[in-house]
Amino acid sequence: MEPLQPLQQFLPQVWFCILGLFLFLYVLLDGFDLGVGILSLTASSEERRSILMTSLGNVWDANETWLILMGGSLFGAFPLAYATILNALYLPAVVMVVGLIFRAVSFEFRENADNKLVWNVLFGVGSFLAALGQGFSLGSVFEGIQVDAAGHFSGGIWDWLTWRSTLVALTLVQGYVLIGSTYLILKTSGELQKTHYRTATIATWTTLIGALFITVSTPFLSDQARAQLFTTPLIYIFGLIPVLGLLLVGLLLRSLKRQEEVTPLIYTFLIFCLSFIGLGFVIFPNIIPPSVTIYEAAAAPSSLVFMLTFIGFLIPVVLSYNIYNYVVFRGKIVDDTHGAS
Amino acid sequence: MLNLLSDTVALSRLQFALTAIFHMLWPVLTTGMAIYLVIIEGLWLKTQDLDYYRHARFWSKLYVLNFGIGVASGLPMAFQFGLNWAPFSESVGDFFGTVLGFEGTMAFMLEASFLGIMLFGWDRVPPWVHWISTILVAFGANLSTFWILSANSWLQTPAGGEFVNGKFVVQDYFQAIANPFMVKSFLHMFFATLETSLFVIGGISAWYIINQRHTAFFARSLKVVLALAIAIAPLQIFIGHLSAEQVYHYQPAKLAAMEAQWDTVPAGQPADWSLVALPNDRAERNTWEVKIPGALSYLLELKPKLDQPIQGLKAWEPKNRPHMVGLIYYSFRIMVAIGLFLAALMFITTIQWLRGQLSAATIGQQKWLMGAWIFAAPLGYIAVETGWIVRCVGRQPWIVYGELRTLESASNLPAGEVLFSLVGLTSMYSVFFVMALYFGSRIVRKGPNLELPAPRTSSQTAMGLEPAQHGPDQRPAEAQQ
Ligand code: HDD
Ligand code: HEM
Ligand code: HEM
Repeated sequence: MEPLQPLQQFLPQVWFCILGLFLFLYVLLDGFDLGVGILSLTASSEERRSILMTSLGNVWDANETWLILMGGSLFGAFPLAYATILNALYLPAVVMVVGLIFRAVSFEFRENADNKLVWNVLFGVGSFLAALGQGFSLGSVFEGIQVDAAGHFSGGIWDWLTWRSTLVALTLVQGYVLIGSTYLILKTSGELQKTHYRTATIATWTTLIGALFITVSTPFLSDQARAQLFTTPLIYIFGLIPVLGLLLVGLLLRSLKRQEEVTPLIYTFLIFCLSFIGLGFVIFPNIIPPSVTIYEAAAAPSSLVFMLTFIGFLIPVVLSYNIYNYVVFRGKIVDDTHGAS
Repeated sequence: MLNLLSDTVALSRLQFALTAIFHMLWPVLTTGMAIYLVIIEGLWLKTQDLDYYRHARFWSKLYVLNFGIGVASGLPMAFQFGLNWAPFSESVGDFFGTVLGFEGTMAFMLEASFLGIMLFGWDRVPPWVHWISTILVAFGANLSTFWILSANSWLQTPAGGEFVNGKFVVQDYFQAIANPFMVKSFLHMFFATLETSLFVIGGISAWYIINQRHTAFFARSLKVVLALAIAIAPLQIFIGHLSAEQVYHYQPAKLAAMEAQWDTVPAGQPADWSLVALPNDRAERNTWEVKIPGALSYLLELKPKLDQPIQGLKAWEPKNRPHMVGLIYYSFRIMVAIGLFLAALMFITTIQWLRGQLSAATIGQQKWLMGAWIFAAPLGYIAVETGWIVRCVGRQPWIVYGELRTLESASNLPAGEVLFSLVGLTSMYSVFFVMALYFGSRIVRKGPNLELPAPRTSSQTAMGLEPAQHGPDQRPAEAQQ
């Protein structure tokens, strides 16, 4: 292979980071959204459930849009990866899409329905399916997608289903429940808040167990990850991440025990951030593990520059109006329309 | 039939067509009605007349119902290019993907973020911030129309680069975005969503008037609609005409299919316009037809005799021209008929308005006219769908006109897998369609809340930076009673 020009190296790296940012924001924001959705299945009364739904009312759509951003930008920046990954993940992606459709539609229908039960269940089930589909997708990308020399998918339709992708999927569901719970701790009060201190504590443990399994098995099972990780200086980073992670989990459990309101969400965010960085290091410089690098899958440099000029400066703008939205709607959700529905 | 079930390309096409047609039903209102909401809210701010505020609250209930399904059905669209059309995505991703990325960052995010404030923020931000949010939602929706139409127009008239070894290499992005079809197609779509929304609002208003519910209240929305439609209905016919001209210029095979024209009409001859016909693909002729002599030459060139020939379908080999000629032919005629009907309805209503027949006292007697408005409410949707059928089916066998064939663009998936998603989506969509109609008509039957007080925002909550109460189910507060 010819040596890469600095620009051909730099631009795909920038886009790898931007896509990472979009994906991270998506996982964080829609993560609590989906988590609350899954938790809504356990809500004991219609009143409680409508509080949960209200906590999402103004944000669910914007949160989901990060996924669209991520999809569109992946398509533009790494067309080969967009095509090959989606081709390989047809079934889990369809499951995810179906789950998200269920959610969006039942959110609107529920508002208008007298009999809310069907839509409540569909909302929860949709959230669960979406989380599961994402988990399987993440798991199988992580594990590697079989491609031919041109980078096209050459595996079978069930390749995505392995015990490790199942593990990742289940862990991600737990992780979403965890963020969902800590978000609800922030947004609710009284009994409802107490319930979510409990669910958050349980979810912390289940997520931790899953994450430990994944972390420990990664270097053992994947040659590529092993080669990647055990070359210095990455070994230090890889060593640091679990340590920091455990520390944060400890802090999280302590804050839950002390019934703090804001810190659990912050610690959860940090834990997710850390896992993401870890994931990024394992995957980089590939975009379709184990063999297609970001340089091979990238669009032409002119395309990357063009996208960067228009999307790059918009990122801070987009972030600020998203934050404004959260500021306008901050504060606890109070049950002031008691018995109204 | 069995062939179809095991044909991945056919199934993928069916799935794309189905999801696009279904998706298209909802953005129509979310882009068009958003503009109406901006206007009605602006009227409230200007006149301080609470009825305008109540109009805004009432119509936004229908708006949000559409929005949810629009987002839900848009999701599969965003992923389908990779799922079912991987070779296509890889081949044109440098440009096509870029545009979809722009659509997401510039348009969808704007729309989605300010929607929260637009729907739930009445009591949290001052009226002017709310109005700006509504404007941004409308702007975002229409910006997304712009980008998606730029992308689709590029499929019709690819520009700004060239295909090298089956991959599109962009040389000039701006030229690709501003491809030959872009301006007119965007305008046609922009006015399509606006016109359809106006006639939906007008039709629903007419329904209340006929049933003598809140006559004065809805006479007002009807007039706002009318004031806008006076300009838009004729304009849309004109832009439709321009669209036909550009098709004639750039995609003669599509034009031949729209006209079911099998044989070439040479230059210097008059061309007849076919009114009804029964096209027969296999025999390569129309089994029978009724024509208006010379009309087509007038339509295309405003002349009795053509300057340029109109090529007939037979000028192309069967593998290079669109099939399903009947579908294209009738879709086109249905759209045009609807465009003419809506303009005529608007014209008659304007005359009645000028004659003073539309005042709150007299409008109730206009039974026929109101009936016609109710009839017109769904027509815009039909025109939009048939328009897209003309555009997309008429483009076949190309996915990128003249460059990339649909047949070569589908992912190499097992047919069963596509069948699974197709059946799943079809059954879901059918249920959702029925439910949306049910809930929509419920909202309409329930009607507006004419006692709704003005929003609670006072001046000290400037920019909404003071916390306010946020109760459950705060979506249109009046839905709570
Ligand atoms: C009228 C113009 C129009 C047309 C022709 C299309 N769309 Fe659309 N789409 C919209 C106008 C729109 C919209 C008005 O902007 C929506 C409706 C609700 C919303 O949030 O945005 C939307 C939603 C929407 C979403 C969800 C966005 C979100 O979560 O906020 C996606 C991913 C797409 N669309 C993608 C597509 C694709 C890939 C299309 C082409 C095949 C397409 N749309 C045709
Ligand atoms: C503006 C965004 C759109 C884009 C980018 C787009 C693009 C495409 C693409 C890539 C296909 C591929 C499949 C094929 O060629 O068979 C297609 C087919 C099709 N699309 Fe569109 N489309 C758009 C909007 C729509 C809308 C809104 C409708 C309908 C309301 C529609 C109706 C169809 C139909 C019926 C087909 C199938 C044609 C056939 O297979 O014969 N499209 N379009
Ligand atoms: C007499 C009136 C009309 C004429 C002559 C006309 C003409 C056309 C033509 C030729 C196309 C195909 C463009 C292409 O294939 O590239 C088209 C597409 C379309 N038409 Fe119309 N049209 C008329 C009225 C309407 C009305 C009333 C609506 C909806 C309210 C509408 C909605 C559409 C849509 C959504 C498309 C596809 C997207 C686009 O090309 O922008 N049309 N029209």
